[in-house]
Amino acid sequence: MSEIAIAGGRRAKYRPVTEDSPLARYALIATAVLFLALFLLAPLAIVFFEAFSKGLDAFLSVFHDPDALAAIRLTLLVAALAVPANLVFGLAASWSIAKFSFPGKSVLITLIDLPFSVSPVVAGLVYVLVFGGQGLFGAWLAEHGVRIIFAVPGIVLATIFVTFPFVARELIPLMQEQGKVEEEAALTLGASGFRTFLTVTLPNIKWGLLYGVLLCNARAMGEFGAVSVVSGHIRGLTNTIPLQVEILYNEYNNVAAFALAVLLAGLALVTLGLKTFLEWRHADELSGRARRH
Amino acid sequence: MTIGRRSEKPVGVGIFVGLLALALMASATSQAGQTFLNVSYDPTRELYKAINPAFAADWKAKTDQTIEIQASHGGSGAQARAVIEGLDADVVTLALAADIDAIANKSGKIAVDWQKRRPNNSSPYTSTIVFLVRKGNPKVIKDWDDLAKPGVAVITPNPKTSGGARWNYLAAWGYGLKKFGGDEAKTKDFVKAIYKNAPVLDTGARGSTITFAQRGIGDVLLAWENEAFLALKEFGADKFEIVTPPQSILAEPPVAVVDANADAKGNRQLAEAYLDFLYSPAAQAIIARNFYRPVHPEYAAKDDIKKFAKIDFITVDKTFGGWAAAQKKHFADGGIFDEIQKQELTR
Repeated sequence: MSEIAIAGGRRAKYRPVTEDSPLARYALIATAVLFLALFLLAPLAIVFFEAFSKGLDAFLSVFHDPDALAAIRLTLLVAALAVPANLVFGLAASWSIAKFSFPGKSVLITLIDLPFSVSPVVAGLVYVLVFGGQGLFGAWLAEHGVRIIFAVPGIVLATIFVTFPFVARELIPLMQEQGKVEEEAALTLGASGFRTFLTVTLPNIKWGLLYGVLLCNARAMGEFGAVSVVSGHIRGLTNTIPLQVEILYNEYNNVAAFALAVLLAGLALVTLGLKTFLEWRHADELSGRARRH
Repeated sequence: MTIGRRSEKPVGVGIFVGLLALALMASATSQAGQTFLNVSYDPTRELYKAINPAFAADWKAKTDQTIEIQASHGGSGAQARAVIEGLDADVVTLALAADIDAIANKSGKIAVDWQKRRPNNSSPYTSTIVFLVRKGNPKVIKDWDDLAKPGVAVITPNPKTSGGARWNYLAAWGYGLKKFGGDEAKTKDFVKAIYKNAPVLDTGARGSTITFAQRGIGDVLLAWENEAFLALKEFGADKFEIVTPPQSILAEPPVAVVDANADAKGNRQLAEAYLDFLYSPAAQAIIARNFYRPVHPEYAAKDDIKKFAKIDFITVDKTFGGWAAAQKKHFADGGIFDEIQKQELTR
């Protein structure tokens, strides 16, 4: 086929209809690469450049600032709470959707996708309207001294909201594809439900699950809009890394702002690296079985 | 459907773990107890960064208690909104009285007579609105008239969200009133011409400063006097210069204890002491050093005071009949600012 394509330089009519001309191919590749370089790599390079523009010492000094350290701790804490919550939810949702049918199933699938279509800022505002001082439960919460908005729980809730679909969306197609035959076999052989899950289902979905968790984690650490609305911006207490980056930038502290941005980008790059490694290592499991988005 | 029945177990486990996570989060809340929070507006970041350690040292000397002061900064209106919605501020130090009034009226967390509780309308410092222009003043901007000229790009934030922007707007309006002998229609056209020259309206004062100074957009920035001085300090006096118009507005950023929060947290004494401290010689000197005009200039260093040019001030109370009236007439939905903007869109 490739010989024909090469020979196709002479007479195009031998070229299979499923293959584009080399010119079109190179043009497409060049467009994609150029676009990525211009709008992704260049800004990323500038972030690194700005962070190190006053030398390594200035870069490192950021990580002695207690507010920055608090922001890093909070970001890790939020991810540590939001990711497991969505892991559990994603597993439960995809299990119920893939393995048995019930009324309202399609509604559930649509609901899972909701956070993708709702703006994060709106998500944050919704939590303010529900849990805020003037909100639905505001008076009750204040009476019992429970703080949700402008405190860590609000930030965790907002993060869970925006990262809701990642694990479930990853698992549903995978589990649907696998069907329930293996589980049924395990159950007829006398295994308990939990054991079936551990020894049959989990090994089947583990890479997809990990992939979903990684995506979920990257988004949880990087979320700005929803978190900004519910944070209250108390220094050293309710600022996550993305919020701290904005604050430092607004205080004319470019080096510090970009140094934290580098940290955030670094965390994202590690996630991306892990993801790429998983895709390469388990390509057949991840892509061979209908992953639909 | 055996599988359906059996698999309820993992789902049950899932729900259990979910609840556990929620419980964990709830316990994290109760830790955020004994703290002291000052909710302030955008440009005071540097000021309170300097004041807080000074007050903490003073408090330690007097009571032998070590305290940790937390700060939150943002657009004045947005910050007031957050306090109404439950942000746990012990004191608020905002850009204008209307925002503290809003907290008092909408949430009842501050007594309505708050402004009478401290000297000078509860404002320990004042400021005004000046022009920041590029070095050499290439567009020759001297007074408010020059802002309305075609071809001059004016940077100012959005009065709907920014306290500073409302001061800018009222200062321009006050100048117009004087110029046209109190003719409101002509004044409106004059102010409209200025906003016609504004290519962007940022949400906060600091956003506008960054737009002008860092992104290089516009010929003149309408700024708090303290923001203008700070920009000179941050970006170098070789890039910008301050133009003080002969007439401007006296801005009185007020402070108040958020009664309900301070009492609930047992911080009443601390909150009162914190605001009183702002009027003390030590704090007044820090205030002048951070380019705000202290209400007691005698406590400040001579060099710091010298920087402030003499300006013919108008006040919100005399020219506009107080903040409540100004707010309603100019900035409420359907107010004069909305009319100006609407015509702007259909022009």
